[in-house]
Amino acid sequence: MDTNGDVAVKVVPVRHVGRWFGIAGVALFVAMLIHTMLFKVSSSTKICTVARGVRTCHGALVWRFQWDIVGQYFTSSEVLHGLVITIELTVVSMIIGIVLGMLVAVMRMSPNRVLAGVAWTYTWFFRGTPVLVQITFWAFIGALYPHLSFGIPFTHVAFFHVRNVNVTFTTLEAVIVALGLNEGAYMSEIARAGLISVDEGQIEAATSLGMTRRQSLRLIVIPQAMRVIIPPTGNEVISMLKTSSLASTVALLELFGAVSNISAQNFEIMPLLIVASIWYLLVTTVLSIGQFYLERYFARGALRSPPPTPIQRLKRDIWGVASKFRTKRGVPGVSA
Amino acid sequence: MVEVRGVHKSYGGIEVLKGVDLTVNRSEVTCLIGPSGSGKSTLLRCVNHLEKHDAGELRVDGELVGYEAKNGKLYELTDKRVCEKRSHIGMVFQRFNLFQHLTVLDNVTIGQTQVKHVDREKAKVKARELLARVGLDAKEKHYPAQLSGGQQQRVAIARALAMEPKLMLFDEPTSALDPELVGEVLDVMKDLAKSGMTMIVVTHEMGFAREVADTVYFLDGGVIEESGDPQKVLTAPTSERLKIFLSKVL
Repeated sequence: MDTNGDVAVKVVPVRHVGRWFGIAGVALFVAMLIHTMLFKVSSSTKICTVARGVRTCHGALVWRFQWDIVGQYFTSSEVLHGLVITIELTVVSMIIGIVLGMLVAVMRMSPNRVLAGVAWTYTWFFRGTPVLVQITFWAFIGALYPHLSFGIPFTHVAFFHVRNVNVTFTTLEAVIVALGLNEGAYMSEIARAGLISVDEGQIEAATSLGMTRRQSLRLIVIPQAMRVIIPPTGNEVISMLKTSSLASTVALLELFGAVSNISAQNFEIMPLLIVASIWYLLVTTVLSIGQFYLERYFARGALRSPPPTPIQRLKRDIWGVASKFRTKRGVPGVSA
Repeated sequence: MVEVRGVHKSYGGIEVLKGVDLTVNRSEVTCLIGPSGSGKSTLLRCVNHLEKHDAGELRVDGELVGYEAKNGKLYELTDKRVCEKRSHIGMVFQRFNLFQHLTVLDNVTIGQTQVKHVDREKAKVKARELLARVGLDAKEKHYPAQLSGGQQQRVAIARALAMEPKLMLFDEPTSALDPELVGEVLDVMKDLAKSGMTMIVVTHEMGFAREVADTVYFLDGGVIEESGDPQKVLTAPTSERLKIFLSKVL
């Protein structure tokens, strides 16, 4: 602190009046939310009691959000089974999407015009049609190809046959193929953005060491591109988690399909939607944590010092507050 | 060691090299000087085939660069063979181009293990030796972003040397450095020259050229205007354009 003499100058920070109004508004809103979510309201169901010959009736107190029903179904076997299928769909189709996306991105950047053209067309087609249409298409592919054979056109040469496509190709597989192919198109653009973001000097340096195009891609370019690729990919995984609910339209009972099946029988639509939402939120939370650490790993070397993990930050904050209290009576801060 | 005969190179209709001749003998240091856009860097990049020359002949160690002469025709070499040949030519860039995601040690070992298929432990030993030679053995666990420009460029030199090149190319190695860091890089290069390495250096450091170079070539507008002994070329230039250039940089 600049004392310019003997007496230290007292600094009065700027008062932010507007912020206090803002905080009050938010607090009011949060209070309303807590009130409506957690407090019971009287329902149309009457409960009557007879005391000393006088009959009094009042509405039964229930949670507006029917947490009792939410709790009842939260870990029911149908819901858990649906959750497993949702996770399975997300993981498998994301893996297909990422591998395909990388491949298509590299093809797109190839000096070979045919490969680049094929990659462009793929992306154009699968991004250009709704994913719901694609899911329905693959689920009913058996209608188009009752029997499938891969061979050379106009000849009888066939490499392999699939008989009764609608039997051998299950709905689960169909949805995975649909989501994976669709995701590949989006992932290819994300991967391409990552590959482009790597400085050309890195490729030149790899080349000058005698690395082939493939080696420099694998060892130098892709690891650095990951830093740019991961945040949008995390976005895609979370998006995929929820897009997979479209599988319910082709009678695949993933999480959303499972809860709508239950609510179709007991008409408890809202509590079951809450059940599904909580599960989606839980999985998203886990995925976000995973993304944070993955990002940290691939940022190595890009930053002089990596950002602290939430746990490290928490420790630092606690230490900071603690040291503030400790120095409160003494002279705060560092003397000049 | 390097024979350049009538090399031409154009980028989209603009001719950058208009027939360049140059000879570099083994264990000699050659400096290329000239104004920016004169084709110095392009010429250097043609030597290890980072750029394909359009016409003329370019030989390193007696072998054509990027091509093979058979039955009176030139056959383009496959990517793999070009890479194999390139691995014997080290290159140092203006902007260092260290691999940002690898530690200093990994930067110096990756070429050895991936291109020359040297055993990882042996590669590490050699890398440490070279890092010690450029005075950076204490920094092996650092990432490039944690080093100063001069330190990065010294690591880049170590990375190139790890491939045991027979020729080293330097593309304005000190142009991106703060003035006080230029000396440490030039010192490493001087040591290298003393050890008998064949070097081609594109540079604006006239002091270095005068002290270390065996031959200096002055390029302007894609042709070699003047060449010869550095003492003569840099102190008593005959060409009018070199006189003007030197009056600006000295």
